[in-house]
Amino acid sequence: MTQEFTLAELVIVACADAFRGNGEILASGVGTLPRIGAGLAKLTHSPELLMTDSEAFLIEDPIPLGPRTGTPALSGCMSYARVFDIVWSGRRHAMIGPLQIDRFGQTNLSGVGPYAQPKIAMLGMRGLPGNSANHINSMFVPNHSKRIFVEGEVDIVGGVGYNPARWLPGMNQTAVDLRRIVTDLCIMDFEGPDHAIRVRSLHPGVTFDQVQDATGFPLIRPEGLGETPGPDDAALAVIASLDPKGMRASVFKDNPPARRS
Amino acid sequence: MTTTFDKRLTAEAMVASLADGMTIGIGGWGPRRKPMALVRAILRSGLKDLTVVAYGGPEVGMLLAAGKIKTLIYGFVSMDVIPADPFFRHARQTGAFEARELDEGLLQWGLRAAAMRVPFLPTRTGLGSDVLTANPDFRTVTSPYDDGEVLLAMPAIKLDVALLHATKADRLGNTLTMGPDPFFDDLFARAATRTFVSADEVVERLDLDAATAKDNFYERCFVTGVVETTCGAHPTTNPPRHGWDFKAMKAYAAAAGEEGGWNAYRRDVIGTDEADYIDRMGGVATINALPLPIF
Repeated sequence: MTQEFTLAELVIVACADAFRGNGEILASGVGTLPRIGAGLAKLTHSPELLMTDSEAFLIEDPIPLGPRTGTPALSGCMSYARVFDIVWSGRRHAMIGPLQIDRFGQTNLSGVGPYAQPKIAMLGMRGLPGNSANHINSMFVPNHSKRIFVEGEVDIVGGVGYNPARWLPGMNQTAVDLRRIVTDLCIMDFEGPDHAIRVRSLHPGVTFDQVQDATGFPLIRPEGLGETPGPDDAALAVIASLDPKGMRASVFKDNPPARRS
Repeated sequence: MTTTFDKRLTAEAMVASLADGMTIGIGGWGPRRKPMALVRAILRSGLKDLTVVAYGGPEVGMLLAAGKIKTLIYGFVSMDVIPADPFFRHARQTGAFEARELDEGLLQWGLRAAAMRVPFLPTRTGLGSDVLTANPDFRTVTSPYDDGEVLLAMPAIKLDVALLHATKADRLGNTLTMGPDPFFDDLFARAATRTFVSADEVVERLDLDAATAKDNFYERCFVTGVVETTCGAHPTTNPPRHGWDFKAMKAYAAAAGEEGGWNAYRRDVIGTDEADYIDRMGGVATINALPLPIF
């Protein structure tokens, strides 16, 4: 039997799995768990992934979080200008944490409320319109709730999705490719009819009804819905090497174990 | 003997050459390599009704707090370690300025169109999103080729003035911009009618070798004036000289929570003189000892 693992470690494995089979693309995991997940993917099942040092260089050995012990070996430059170029080329997969997500996979980082005068203004659209229209995207949600998975459309559509009303004749939406939503309750994907959001697996001890109750729109429940697989001992060792300071422990309150009691 | 010319001027002389209502592009990215001394000179002036174009950092929050900005064209406004600038948030939530929010990549596309002197550049980015709601004047264009694809015609973002910060410059307008990422300073320079560059050091002539010559990112024909401002990017990062000043950015953000906070910050921190400002921030040696951030 494998050792005990935490919810954060389970989520890291789920994030890593999102990058499986993507081919030779730039993997960008934004935030603590997606970043460790992308590193875990590269060091285990997907060595072909391209990765940066989270600033301006390409690296082949994922850089552990926290203060550095040495200078990383660089294999190339990856300035923002080059990131934009690779975004528009389609050779990237970004996993980000939006403020809101709707049933079409549309995402919002700009703010809550009307565009002209939002109740809560955040940073702006950042790269969402370009990322979502050009390459693979996934999302990480640390607190699965109706505030994030909203009932109607997201208030300000930054990241585009599968809402037919937003795509006018002649526009090419074939590059829109939404893959996974990893939350603290489950993994979801867009593999329902017409890209409807489907629960792919439930984290240990979580029920489908719990997930549905925390979501503002109906979810698809596939036949034989199973449990999210956790890390084996080898994966736990890689995770520990990528996060030697244990920053993963501070993502969820009180760093709970993967299985809810 | 070769006749030469001299583009050196003071920040105050630069500001005196600007006019109300101008469109000003500000280089750098978030809290990285912002021409803050030039921004502070604007904050100390009577300039108003500006359209500002930026990958926004604290300069945007400050210019908004001071009521200088009428229209803001931006992909984001953030200080990274302090993700949401409270002055920006307040201004945005009260509808205090016209917000032309863009995708980050679209912003460079608009600057590139201006730099190339074409009215627009086509792209798929922005379609299907509220970029079109935020920018109701944007139009689509149909590909004239057999594919017939409908694309966004991203309009050129022409700048009256670009403000940039470099590590070093010479009096001819040559620049050396060090640090791992040049961001889009080159596009800001080429999209602008006039460009002013502040630098930590301005010398007679830059003397570069084949490796460092690659760090002269835009041609001096685009540089109108150079301003020597030691630690002029403070409180933003300016590698390899110094990292960001978290304490200073925190104090700035905290001012937003105080009654009359901006006026006090403007009076007591920005002050009336750049040299005094640097002294108040601990002086050149202290600023140059600020560690570079690790991501």
